[in-house]
Amino acid sequence: MMTMLGGEPFLLVSKQEQQNYPLYIRSVPSDSELKFHYTVHTSLDVVEEKVSAVGKVIVDQRELYLGLLYPTEDYKVYGYVTNSKVKFVIVVDSSNTSLRDNEIRSMFRKLHNSFTDVMCNPFYNPGDPIQSKVFDSMVSSMMVQTC
Amino acid sequence: MDRAAGAAPGGTFMCMSEKEQRRYSGLYTLCQADSSGKLAPGKVGELFRASQLPADTLHQIAELCGAKQLGYFGTGQFYVALKLLAAAQAGLPVRLESIKNELPLPRFSDMKEEAESHFHNHSQNSETQSHHFGLPLDSTPRAMTDRRGFRRQESSAEKKEPWSPPRSPCGSPPASPPSSHGCSLGTQRNGAEAHAAQMPGGSGWVHAQLETSSPSHSGNKPHPEHTSVGAPVERPGEQDAGMVDYADDPWRITEEQREYYTHQFKSLQPNLGALILGSVAKNFFTKSKLPILELSHIWELSDVDRDGALTLTEFCIAFHLIVARKNGYPLPETLPLTLLPRFLEKDAAPSRTANEDVFFAMSLAQQKKDPPLTETEPLIFFGETEPGLRLQNETDHQMHLSVMTLSKQDLREEPSKSVFSPKRIQVTTVQDKPPVHRSTEKPDPPPELDPHVRSRTRPRSYSSASIEEAMKKTEEPPTPPPRPQKTHSRASSLDLNKLFQQSGQGLKSGHLLPPPALPPRPMATQIPHFISGTDKSSQKAVQQPNFADFSKFQEEEENAIQAEEQNREDAGPLRTPPQKPVRRKYRTESQVLDSLQPFPSPSHPLTGSKPPQKLSSRQKKEIQTAIRKNKETNAVLTRLNSELQQQLKEVHQERVNLESQLEVLRPVAFL
Repeated sequence: MMTMLGGEPFLLVSKQEQQNYPLYIRSVPSDSELKFHYTVHTSLDVVEEKVSAVGKVIVDQRELYLGLLYPTEDYKVYGYVTNSKVKFVIVVDSSNTSLRDNEIRSMFRKLHNSFTDVMCNPFYNPGDPIQSKVFDSMVSSMMVQTC
Repeated sequence: MDRAAGAAPGGTFMCMSEKEQRRYSGLYTLCQADSSGKLAPGKVGELFRASQLPADTLHQIAELCGAKQLGYFGTGQFYVALKLLAAAQAGLPVRLESIKNELPLPRFSDMKEEAESHFHNHSQNSETQSHHFGLPLDSTPRAMTDRRGFRRQESSAEKKEPWSPPRSPCGSPPASPPSSHGCSLGTQRNGAEAHAAQMPGGSGWVHAQLETSSPSHSGNKPHPEHTSVGAPVERPGEQDAGMVDYADDPWRITEEQREYYTHQFKSLQPNLGALILGSVAKNFFTKSKLPILELSHIWELSDVDRDGALTLTEFCIAFHLIVARKNGYPLPETLPLTLLPRFLEKDAAPSRTANEDVFFAMSLAQQKKDPPLTETEPLIFFGETEPGLRLQNETDHQMHLSVMTLSKQDLREEPSKSVFSPKRIQVTTVQDKPPVHRSTEKPDPPPELDPHVRSRTRPRSYSSASIEEAMKKTEEPPTPPPRPQKTHSRASSLDLNKLFQQSGQGLKSGHLLPPPALPPRPMATQIPHFISGTDKSSQKAVQQPNFADFSKFQEEEENAIQAEEQNREDAGPLRTPPQKPVRRKYRTESQVLDSLQPFPSPSHPLTGSKPPQKLSSRQKKEIQTAIRKNKETNAVLTRLNSELQQQLKEVHQERVNLESQLEVLRPVAFL
């Protein structure tokens, strides 16, 4: 599970199938971080539901992007799942209306790319927490963008 | 010769002064191979050689101390040997009796007395470090996990390092610059790296190496931090903290280092143009005993094209970073300028081969591109081949990756080489595959590798570069990628398998369609024939609507040939009909055209008229032939392009339809 809590609550989560443990968690405002963790966990259920609901065999880019999982309280949760069942979750503050769907998609795409780069690193064992500096910098830049 | 005495530790030890004991224990730990107390003969040999005694003296000492008898150096033997060394250096005859007296400590090249004090403190570290670092740096016996083995390798590797100033490339700083001049690197780095690589110790060594030889031989102080590398004894001296005396950039790779890295690369992968897989590299670099996190970071830095494998350049970068890290340099966040692949490749020797080109072509065709990959245009290196060295390495990735999975294609493409230059071959082979892949390529000069762009693109996009190079002379049909990349595109066999499945959807953009592969080859070869015929006919019939592409050739004058008429007529229908019939026609034409071949084409005024100077008729012919070929190819590719565009549109339509259906279904999940 890779969680990234972003700026105005901005959370990204990715996790393995079945285990659903976080690979990476990041948030910009460190306050109420636990709340985001909780949100991400609950959103995982929605993600699973979506993944199983989409019964298409063809996996294309669009299906990887799950879209708005559910808007609750004052934040929105977006989901994205990779082919290897690694899930990304982004939590954004609802007050941040400037983030459009396309931007979220591009963010997920960038995350996916960086995640793939991390995976390609032979020194990275799948399932380990992601400690790549390159990945960190990418996530930081992304979160800064949304602020 | 009292071997027994030598073998009996008690007898000689009693003669050892405190100083000697300290020193010897330091040296002993340095050479200690395993728990049983046996010393690595290689290390001991190195140590002995460092003493700069003649070889026969060393042999005598070895015999005397009992090592020869026992077959190995034990504690006692080692100490006795050290004492004998001291005696020999003092000028005493090599006899056991002579060591019974108080002797000065044996002197080893580049070792100062003060080194001993460091030995004490860091003997432990040196030992561990020595084991570790020596491993990855040693040559062949990668598989050897035995420490002793490593040491042996080290010593053998060290042997490359001349202990004596004349031999050591790093030996004399003045000497090294010339040797490493190629890399424009400071000598010290040269020596440093070379030594460092072989140094059993850690960072301190490198620094020591930096100053290396000449001063080293005079005995250098061990690096304050890494003294222990007591192995300094074997090292041509350590350096002070001021390692950068030569004002050298530690991030530069010297010629010697590069050779060493290349040698290591060969041990992992004999083909210098090939890639080292991630797992192989991981095993290799893990031996350096750096923490996994650092190795991971080094990998991220060095695998510039993010394909999970290392080219020679990337390998050198990674190796260099490891060496630097071992020597205490903190890992940079980004690659230093001097370590950039583009910089390195300028120094490397071109390794391009025709085969690679073919592979490029194939990989191009076989790889899909993401729609965002169209942005890779800047990444595509075209034209210039020398700067394309980097391209070579870049494209080598894809090339080899694709080669690995498309070996069959390779075999098929290989024989496709025609009489024409390899470039032509590439073009023809490319024609087999959907040129769409190259669509995004433009004949721009090789752009610099933009990390940002690179991050967005997948390695496959680079493969198109090769075809571009092949088509230097031709204009690139700006075809878009054949289809949007649905998944994260990685140049891996998995993706290729998926590609194969998708190609079954009926898109000609499928990468390796064997049937289309063959015809275009003869097509391209026949084109010139055809063109020559056409040109001749153009003389008689200037207006040939179908020969729009050849209008430029009208200026050419060809010998009137009887087959001209035939060619003209055939050329007409040949131009318009779809691809395959065209090819067929071409083939039939070949017979006719072949008959034209015998006609020696006289010097064509085309080329002769334009340039003021008079080119030889032969040159003109060749140029015109090449021009013709290129134009033909260009035309064919344009046609292919348009067809593929059409298919692309259709696929897009399908996709839009499917997506709309999906949208309809999606709300259902929102319960």
